[in-house]
Amino acid sequence: MTTAISVSGVVKSFGRSRALDELDLSVDVGEVHGFLGPNGAGKSTTIRVLLGLLRADAGQVSLLGGHPWRDAVALHRRLAYVPGDVNLWPNLTGGEAIDLFGALRGGLDKRRRDDLLERFQLDPTKKARTYSKGNRQKVAVVAALASDVELYILDEPTSGLDPLMEAVFQECVREVKRDGRTVLLSSHIFSEVEALCDRVSIIRQGRTVESGTLSQLRHLTRTAISVETARPISGLVELPGVHDARVDGAHATFDVDAAELDRVLQHLHRFELRALTSSPPSLEELFMRHYGHQEARAELAGV
Amino acid sequence: MGGTLTGTVRLARLALRRDRVQLPLWIVGTTVLLSGTYAAAQEQFPTEADRLTVLRTAVETPAILMLRNVPTGTSNGEMMAFQIFPFLVVMAGFMSTLAVVRHTRQNEETGRTEMVGSMVVGRHASLTAAMIVTAGANLVLAALLALTLIGNGEPTAGSLTLGLAVGAGGLAFAAIAAIAAQVSQTARAANGIAAAAIGAAYLVRGLGDALGDIRPNGYTMTTAWPSWLSPIGWTSLTQPFAGNRWWLLGLPLALAVGGTWLAFALTNRRDIGMGMVAARPGPATAAPGLLSPLGLAWRLQRGTLLGWAIAVGLFGVTIGSLSSAVEEAFDGNEGATRTIRELGGEGSLIDSFYSAMLAIIGAMVAGYAVQALLRVRAEETGGRAEPTLATGVHRLRWLGSHLAVTVFGAVLLLAIAGISAGLVAGLAAGDTGGRLADLTVAALVQLAPALIMIGFVLAAFGLVPRLAVGIGWAGFAVALIFGQLGELLNLPQAVRDISPFSHVPALPAAEASATPLVLLAVVAMALTAAGMALFRRRDLAP
Repeated sequence: MTTAISVSGVVKSFGRSRALDELDLSVDVGEVHGFLGPNGAGKSTTIRVLLGLLRADAGQVSLLGGHPWRDAVALHRRLAYVPGDVNLWPNLTGGEAIDLFGALRGGLDKRRRDDLLERFQLDPTKKARTYSKGNRQKVAVVAALASDVELYILDEPTSGLDPLMEAVFQECVREVKRDGRTVLLSSHIFSEVEALCDRVSIIRQGRTVESGTLSQLRHLTRTAISVETARPISGLVELPGVHDARVDGAHATFDVDAAELDRVLQHLHRFELRALTSSPPSLEELFMRHYGHQEARAELAGV
Repeated sequence: MGGTLTGTVRLARLALRRDRVQLPLWIVGTTVLLSGTYAAAQEQFPTEADRLTVLRTAVETPAILMLRNVPTGTSNGEMMAFQIFPFLVVMAGFMSTLAVVRHTRQNEETGRTEMVGSMVVGRHASLTAAMIVTAGANLVLAALLALTLIGNGEPTAGSLTLGLAVGAGGLAFAAIAAIAAQVSQTARAANGIAAAAIGAAYLVRGLGDALGDIRPNGYTMTTAWPSWLSPIGWTSLTQPFAGNRWWLLGLPLALAVGGTWLAFALTNRRDIGMGMVAARPGPATAAPGLLSPLGLAWRLQRGTLLGWAIAVGLFGVTIGSLSSAVEEAFDGNEGATRTIRELGGEGSLIDSFYSAMLAIIGAMVAGYAVQALLRVRAEETGGRAEPTLATGVHRLRWLGSHLAVTVFGAVLLLAIAGISAGLVAGLAAGDTGGRLADLTVAALVQLAPALIMIGFVLAAFGLVPRLAVGIGWAGFAVALIFGQLGELLNLPQAVRDISPFSHVPALPAAEASATPLVLLAVVAMALTAAGMALFRRRDLAP
C-alpha cells in the first residue's frame, strides 16, 4: 500500500449548499501533504469525511486501506487528528485532556508526551477554561504527536501559535516524517506549507483545482523578472508568455510563464544583459492567482 | 457611573431579538396554565358545597397543601389561586433566571462578552440589559395574567394583586440568578444555583402551608412562619381576591433591588470570564479512572448529579419528617378520611401522602434524566464530541457511556429519596425496616417514566440533533402537564395517557402491578434502541 488517503469524486451537500463537489485528493504513504484553500473551500468538511464523522453523498474514499465510515474505530486507532477549532472540557486540565485523548486513541508515549510539553512550553496543570486559543491548540497537537500512529490529520494546527512555537511545530512534523509517517496538513500559512510539504493540493468551492509537488505547481505559474540591458529593449511586450511588462528604455520588469522563460531570455540577450533579478513564484502568489483575481480564474478555466 | 452603562440599549435589543421566541413562549405558556386551571376549577367544583368539601379536605391534608396553596375562600379566583398560584411563580422564576443567566454568564462563557466588551459597551451594560429585558418580560406576564382574570369577570384588585405577585416573584429570582451568574464560572452552575433557590423557596413555602393553622370556619388557613422566609411564600401571603395585601409585594421587590445591587457590586470586583473564585491548578496527568468514555462521562456528569442528590435527599427527609404530622392530622378526622378516599386515594392516608410526594420525586428525577442526557448534545455542539469520536471510540460506546451514567444517576436519586424518606419516617414511627422497604420500592418504581424520557431524548438526539434540546424539554413539559397536572386542568383521560407519569402505579397507596411497568420499560427500550441506531447512521451535527 503506497496510498494513505485516496479520495475521488466525493460529493457532500448540506441542504442546498454543496460543500464538496467531486473532490479528489491523493496522499502517499510517508509524505507531508499540504491541503490549501480559502475559508469555506471545504477543507474541514473533507477531513470530517475522512474521519467518518460525516458520510459522503457520493464518490470513493479510502483511508489507510479501509473505509472511513465502516471501519471508523479501527482506522482511528491508527491516526491522530488535530481539529481546526480545538474545544476542550473546561474543567479538565490540559494534562488530563492529553492523557484522555491518548488513551482513547489506544495509548500514548509518556516520554514523548513530557518531551513535547517541554518543547511547546505548555503548563499541563491549568484548567482548559483558562487556556488561550494557542494553548488549547498545543494540547491537541501534543496529544496527537505523542501518539504512535501512521497518519496525522492536522487541520490548521498552527493558526493560534506564535512564531517560536510554529518553529517547534515544524521541527516535530519533520521528525514524524523522518519516521516514515504520513501527514495531511491543512493550512493557511504558506511559509509553513513550503517548508514542510512534499506535495500540495489546492481546493476551491469543494473541488480540487491543483495538485502536485511545489515545483510542478511553480511550473504552472510565472516568474517575476527585472532586467537592465545595455541597449533599449524592444519587442518584449509582443512575446508570448510575457505579462504585465513595463519597459522603460534599457530597464524592464515583467512576469513570464515558466514555459516561455528560456525564449524570453534569449530575446533579451540581443540587448546585452547587464543585470537580472528573478523571483520564483511563492506559494502565496500561486494561491492568489487562483483566488485573487477574477481574470486569473477565467484564465485557469481555459488551461 | 461615567459610561459603565454605555451600550445598554443596544444589548437589550440584541437580547430581545435572541429571545423573540423563548420569552413569549414562557409568558403565553404561564398564562394558558392560569386560564386552563381557572376554567377547570369551575368545571370540577361547580357548587359552593363542592368547593367547601374540597377545601375542608385540603386544609387537613399536608400533601395537598404542599403542592397547592393555602385556601383563602371559595370564589372562582380563590379556587384558581389555591390550585396553581405558587406554581405560576415557579414558572415566572424559571423564565427569569434562565433569561438572566443566558444574557450574562452564558455570554461570558462562550466569549461573546469579550467580543462585545471590546466595543463601545460599559462594564455594567450586560447585566443591566439582562435585568431590563427580564423585568419587561415579568411586567408583560403580570399584565397578561391580570387581564386574563379581569376578562373573566374577576375583581380588578385581586386580579392585579395576583398578576403583580407573579411578576414580583419572577423579579426576585432574576436578582438571585444575577448574583449566581457573578459567583459561578459556568452558565450550568449559575442555572443550578438559581433552580435550587426556586426549589427551596417552593419547598419552604409548602412547609409553611402544610404546618399552618386552620381558621374557625374550617376551610381557610393561616400559614405558619416558614412562608415568611420564602419569596414564593411572600407572593402567596398577598392573598389575591381575599386580603389583596399588595403592599407585601414590597418584600420580593426589595429582594430584587437588593440582589441586583449586590450583583452590580460583584461585577466591579472581578474580571470578565472569571468567577469570584480563582481557578486552582489541577493534576498534570489524568487519573486512570478518567481514561475511558465511561470515565469521561462520569467526570462530566458527577457535579450535576451531586447537586440533584442533595436536593432529592433533602426532599426525602422533608417527606419523612412530615409523615407523623400527617398521620396525626388524620387521626379522628373521619370526614376527611372518607373524602380523600372518594377523591381517588387508595390504601391508608399516609400512603396516599407518600404517593403524592413520590410522584413529585419521579418528576424531578425525570427532569434530571433529560438534563443529564442532553449533555451529549452539548458535547456535540461544543465541538468536544468531534475529537473524541475521531479516536478509537465507537459512537455507540460514547453515547452508551452517557446513557449508563444517566440511568445510574436516576436510580441513585430515587434510592436516595426512598431511603431518606423511609429512614426518617420509620424512625419517627418506630417501624424503620417496614417504611424503608416500602418507600424505597415505591420510589424506584418512578424509574419507569424517567426511562421513557431518556428514550425520548435519545430518539430526538438521533433523529433531529439540532432540535434535540428543545424537543427534549418540550416533551418533558408535556409529560409533566398531561400527567401530573392533568387532573388539575381537567384534561380527558386519553390526553393524560400520553404522559408516562399517568401509567406509574401510585405506590405505596395503590397495589403494585407489573404490567404497566413492563410496558413502560419496553417502550423506553424501543425508543433508546431507535435513538442509538439513528445516531450511529447520521452525520455529526455541531
